[in-house]
Amino acid sequence: MPITVSMTVNGKAVTGEIEPRTLLVQFIRENLKLTGTHVGCDTSQCGACVVHIDGTSVKSCTTLAVQVDGADVHTIESLADGDTLHPMQEAFRENHGLQCGFCTPGMVMSAVDLVKENPDPSEQEIREWLEGNLCRCTGYHNIVKSIKAGAAAMRG
Amino acid sequence: MYEFEYQKPSSLSEAASAIKSADDGSLLAGGQTLLPTMKQRLASPSDLVDLSGVPGLSGISVVDGNVVIGAMTTHAAVAASADVKSNIAGLAKLAGCIGDPQVRHRGTIGGSIANNDPAADYPGACLGLGATIVTNNREISADDFFVGLFETALDDGEIITAVRFPIPEKSDYSKFAQPASRFSLVGAFVAKTSNGARVAITGAGQAGVFRVPAMESALNGDFSAASVGSISLPSDDLNSDIHGSADYRAHLVTVMAKRAVDGCG
Ligand SMILES: Cc1cc2nc3c(=O)[nH]c(=O)nc-3n(C[C@H](O)[C@H](O)[C@H](O)COP(=O)(O)OP(=O)(O)OC[C@H]3O[C@@H](n4cnc5c(N)ncnc54)[C@H](O)[C@@H]3O)c2cc1C
Ligand code: FES
Ligand code: FES
Repeated sequence: MPITVSMTVNGKAVTGEIEPRTLLVQFIRENLKLTGTHVGCDTSQCGACVVHIDGTSVKSCTTLAVQVDGADVHTIESLADGDTLHPMQEAFRENHGLQCGFCTPGMVMSAVDLVKENPDPSEQEIREWLEGNLCRCTGYHNIVKSIKAGAAAMRG
Repeated sequence: MYEFEYQKPSSLSEAASAIKSADDGSLLAGGQTLLPTMKQRLASPSDLVDLSGVPGLSGISVVDGNVVIGAMTTHAAVAASADVKSNIAGLAKLAGCIGDPQVRHRGTIGGSIANNDPAADYPGACLGLGATIVTNNREISADDFFVGLFETALDDGEIITAVRFPIPEKSDYSKFAQPASRFSLVGAFVAKTSNGARVAITGAGQAGVFRVPAMESALNGDFSAASVGSISLPSDDLNSDIHGSADYRAHLVTVMAKRAVDGCG
């Protein structure tokens, strides 16, 4: 039976009639047409689908849209301010933290959450935090560099 | 994922009757095990009864020499809790090395122990600390709770509400993570309690988590890494797979137990 969900996504109130089995990532991509959030594996391993729910990072492929009814959701689209990139996005650009870019939305959303918990993470802490974010291109080295630089920029 | 009906009860008794009256219902906690299983069509419940609307199932308190953790408390909350860190260091460390940050933000202690994956971490802490599992009907000691592979003493539709951990003198958890999944290939939880030492091993056993009486009595004589270092388990009942043979796991049991004793400080 279809079910109505309402939530705030990137500051806007949204509502949808969905089947209970609709994943949050499907709701975001297919209902709301916000395609910045990616599906890399669909098996909870890769983190390409990471979004923030009520301020913490989660895998939107492993969350039902009905589970976040009433929540405050932020996707990668919420970070830039018009043409001005968020400091973490800018740091990925500056430090060549991406190649194909497929993992990048999840990497950036995960990184922003890390910096909220730990404003000055060490290289080791960054690598441990990225446990659930897989990248097939970069070998992670420049991602770690980007996050260090992004964290410094966010500290201001 | 097959279709199902979704229910979000707002009290424990409503949840209990919802799961009882469902055709083939499942409780839903963090969904970090259940949803991947449903996507693979290894589970196809008729109804999901979401516990997130039930008040009082989440949170951590210290009561009469116990740390009590609500079933819906996330792994991240346990890892970050000052009460858990200061009273049961091994438990905070264990929660902080489950999966990855995103899994820890949603996965719960109740879901983890109800699932009783032989490679899961929390069963090690429950057995290693002699915890009590509190449900909507009764209390079950950890020694009786973990029955076998993905099998627990829970009745159909029985709901875990909290886990009560007696505060030990000291404790530690040492985990050798399977490099891809990060589940434990072998994890050793060691505690020195007022009733003696306890050693619980997860990841290694074919029937899930188990205690090692020989190590416990050696530690009761002399609580040092050297006293467990000479004890090795027979590999007959241990798991063997592409990640490690039973002999390899038997070896790791001793190494992880030594490290956990050392980590108790
Ligand atoms: C990528 C990844 C890596 C992981 N790595 C690890 C790891 O290293 N170590 C580890 O231990 N785990 C790991 N996990 C599993 C994770 O810890 C899960 O959170 C946990 O196993 C299940 O908790 P949940 O709250 O998500 O439960 P759910 O998935 O919602 O439920 C799991 C089962 O428990 C039942 N259940 C849930 N709550 C209750 C309750 N209160 N009473 C009775 N039954 C209940 C459900 O009906 C279901 O059968 C990993 C998971 C993923 C996706
Ligand atoms: S798509 Fe969600 S973890 Fe890979
Ligand atoms: S840049 Fe291609 S997957 Fe990470």
